[in-house]
Amino acid sequence: MSRFDWLSEFLARLEDEHLLVHSGHARLLAPAHRLVLDAEDWGNAAKVAASLGMRHAGVWADCGADYRPAGSDEDGQPVGRRHQNEPAGSRPPDSIAVYACLEKEGDYVVLEARVPLDRPKLPSQTPRFPGLDRLERHCHDLTGVVFTGHPDTRRWTRHQAWPADVFPLRADFPAAGHVTCQIPADADYPFTTIHGSGVYEIPVGPVHAGIIEPGHFRFHAMGEDVLRLEERLGYVHKGIEKIAVGRDPTGLARLAGRVSGDSTVAHAWAACQAMEHAAGCAVPPRALWLRAIMAERERIANHLGDLGAICNDVAFTFALMQCGRLRERWQRRSRELFGHRLMMDAVIPGGVTCDLAPAAPRTLGDDQAALRKAVLPLFDIIDDHPSLDDRLLTTGRLSATDARSLGCTGYVGKASGLPFDVRRDCPYPPYDTLEVRPSTERDGDVAARVRVRMTEVLGSLDLLDVLLATLPEGAVTAPVPTAAPGAVGLGLVDGWRGEILTFVRFGTDGRIARFFPRDPSWFTWPALERLILGNIVPDFPVCNKSVNGSYSGQDL
Amino acid sequence: MGNFLTGSGWGIAALQSLLYIALAPLLVGWLRKVKARLQNRRGPSLLQPYRDLYKLLAKEARVAHTTSPLFRAAPYIVFTATWMAAATVPLLVVDLPTAAIADIIVLVGLLALARVFLALAGMDVGTAFGGMGASREMLIGALAEPAMLMAVFTLAMTAHSTNLSSVIDHHLSDGFVLRPSYLFALGGLVLVAIAETGRIPVDNPTTHLELTMVHEAMLLEYSGRHLALMEWAAQLKLLLYGTLIVNVFFPWGIGQGLSPAALGLGLAAVVGKLAVLAAALAVGETVLAKMRLFRAPAFLNLALLLSLLGLLSHVILEVGA
Repeated sequence: MSRFDWLSEFLARLEDEHLLVHSGHARLLAPAHRLVLDAEDWGNAAKVAASLGMRHAGVWADCGADYRPAGSDEDGQPVGRRHQNEPAGSRPPDSIAVYACLEKEGDYVVLEARVPLDRPKLPSQTPRFPGLDRLERHCHDLTGVVFTGHPDTRRWTRHQAWPADVFPLRADFPAAGHVTCQIPADADYPFTTIHGSGVYEIPVGPVHAGIIEPGHFRFHAMGEDVLRLEERLGYVHKGIEKIAVGRDPTGLARLAGRVSGDSTVAHAWAACQAMEHAAGCAVPPRALWLRAIMAERERIANHLGDLGAICNDVAFTFALMQCGRLRERWQRRSRELFGHRLMMDAVIPGGVTCDLAPAAPRTLGDDQAALRKAVLPLFDIIDDHPSLDDRLLTTGRLSATDARSLGCTGYVGKASGLPFDVRRDCPYPPYDTLEVRPSTERDGDVAARVRVRMTEVLGSLDLLDVLLATLPEGAVTAPVPTAAPGAVGLGLVDGWRGEILTFVRFGTDGRIARFFPRDPSWFTWPALERLILGNIVPDFPVCNKSVNGSYSGQDL
Repeated sequence: MGNFLTGSGWGIAALQSLLYIALAPLLVGWLRKVKARLQNRRGPSLLQPYRDLYKLLAKEARVAHTTSPLFRAAPYIVFTATWMAAATVPLLVVDLPTAAIADIIVLVGLLALARVFLALAGMDVGTAFGGMGASREMLIGALAEPAMLMAVFTLAMTAHSTNLSSVIDHHLSDGFVLRPSYLFALGGLVLVAIAETGRIPVDNPTTHLELTMVHEAMLLEYSGRHLALMEWAAQLKLLLYGTLIVNVFFPWGIGQGLSPAALGLGLAAVVGKLAVLAAALAVGETVLAKMRLFRAPAFLNLALLLSLLGLLSHVILEVGA
């Protein structure tokens, strides 16, 4: 499936830099290629990757893994399988594994390095990949890994709920957390300040006027011009990575469906995909088709909601009402056929919970035809309304350079000229049999993001038609074999916001030992800080809505 | 000025002022209803604004610790000033004593007084939003007032009076004469009214986004009866501008005596005219998005230009004709 035209070049460049790759493995973290490095080579590997124009897809650490010294698994056997005769947890883990996932031309590599638990230091990759800034800070707050040379050493996910020298993802931290009576407000976070005459600060949030999630935005403005925007997130940190530990696969799928409620299908799919890869489970085709149908339905519902909300932010209420009406009908049908308005808990390991009745495809087909008929004139209005054009064109422009350096995917990347789409560039079934139309724009402004979303709605409708027409018969679930202790798996799914990456490692008894879902919002939140520059304060809401990062998906 | 100083004249004037505060929420209710219909919604009842005011008046008023007494006083000052300004605009009949003692310059002055206190209250709380709203309000106000005065002067030059009653009388007695100056002044005044009453495309009265607000940003810290008065004052202002436009430029139907028949006809006429005007505003608000903040000066410059053209066309085309 994977071409990996560039892998040999990457390996050669690593060798030129005298970076030792201890082992490589093509299947362990499929579809990614796993490369084990020394911790001290971590930063230079990023340099090589950046020079090859690779995109960073995230960094995470795993504290609980029972590892042997690096380089001892050259034969490439999954670590866990060779350890089956040795009960895991018989000795305390003495190292932390750090992973970094990189992508180029639709092919992924996962770099892995180990750092000792008592001195968990390795060079930061943020100087080469600025989008990693918060992921590395998050990683430090939760696991204690110190990224040397990181340009920003302030806390990120940690507010005041636990002390600076305690790391919740370490094995010695209780899953229930420490009982505290009242967590103090995170009032002394050192925001970057700008001094100058006429410069003033506008603090916004974390509690907002609308029914949205909490996040703090600190503006520095002069008159109405934004000089700097700094985000402070983490207000909805739920400890998802910690409470995942010890769950069974079904329980993890439920949890993954709650990483970000609006992407529940995509996150649950990514988690199930990772577990199925790790456990070696073959999902029946009908279940895969149904997952794709649900994922495309989710994409359409969210894009419709956002299109309306973007127009409403510039006081064009007509579009909000129309999109809201269409979305509501769409979600009611989801509830009727898939058991939940957002299709929560419909994706389970090994398949899906709900099968479509024989008459259902016809109903869905009629819905799709009706929706297409309804959105075409509506999209014409949104696309070609002078008053909207005036507000949306050139507003909140994200350059292709910024989008690429931050690693934006989904509609934010596509609007800035990055066509990457997991469904097309690294297709997972059933998308390997489908043609996903590109929806790339070049301008990178709010209007471009609106156009990408409109194209994606129509593209998803086309995909749904094909999926329904080719829906295979058969079972919708398959039994999931108990995964071997230490088995790892990677899930890569294109959610409506962009690429979702999920890492799963199993512990004993087929229970989860490590779960890391990386929402695309990790890279689009920093993009918002950049694209707002040069805009005026009252244009922030529409810029924010056009990006619509997930607070919950990023705070974890 | 036949009714000046007569008891019944004052009685009707008082009635008219009360009618202003009674009708103001209805106009907003109607406007929202038409907008909802245009968006394929059913929309809330016409009486919803009354219920909202009742609810707010019954609620406890919370005041931030950082405020000065000005913050508490401002709602009363803003409401009273707006109400007094409204009382100078003939609603049902012309030649009322209130119209005789306050001319159109007083009206602009009273509205400016209300605006100053609104902006001061916005800044008084010390939040970033209040200050931002106040600065934007002043930006709009500073540009809207000259445009409004210019439009008013166009009317005043035709009628040789700055008194609204006289202007309307003059217009009525002239019969239907299509004056270019009036058309320009009407255009200017409509644009000013849209900006001054915080309607789309200048401001969005229904937004919840603090960063985009103008008028609402100054009210964010108000609650209870204070908020009710501020909201009511805003509704009054909308009715005031609406009445000003319909009764000065389309005065037909307005009562010219104090007979019950004239009053009834005047009420029916002004309600009908306002309903049409509000429906037109609703259509405009439905098809337009809000402008960027920095387009608002251009919008108001257009208003000033129209008013100026009105003045010029009066001097060039109508004087001596």
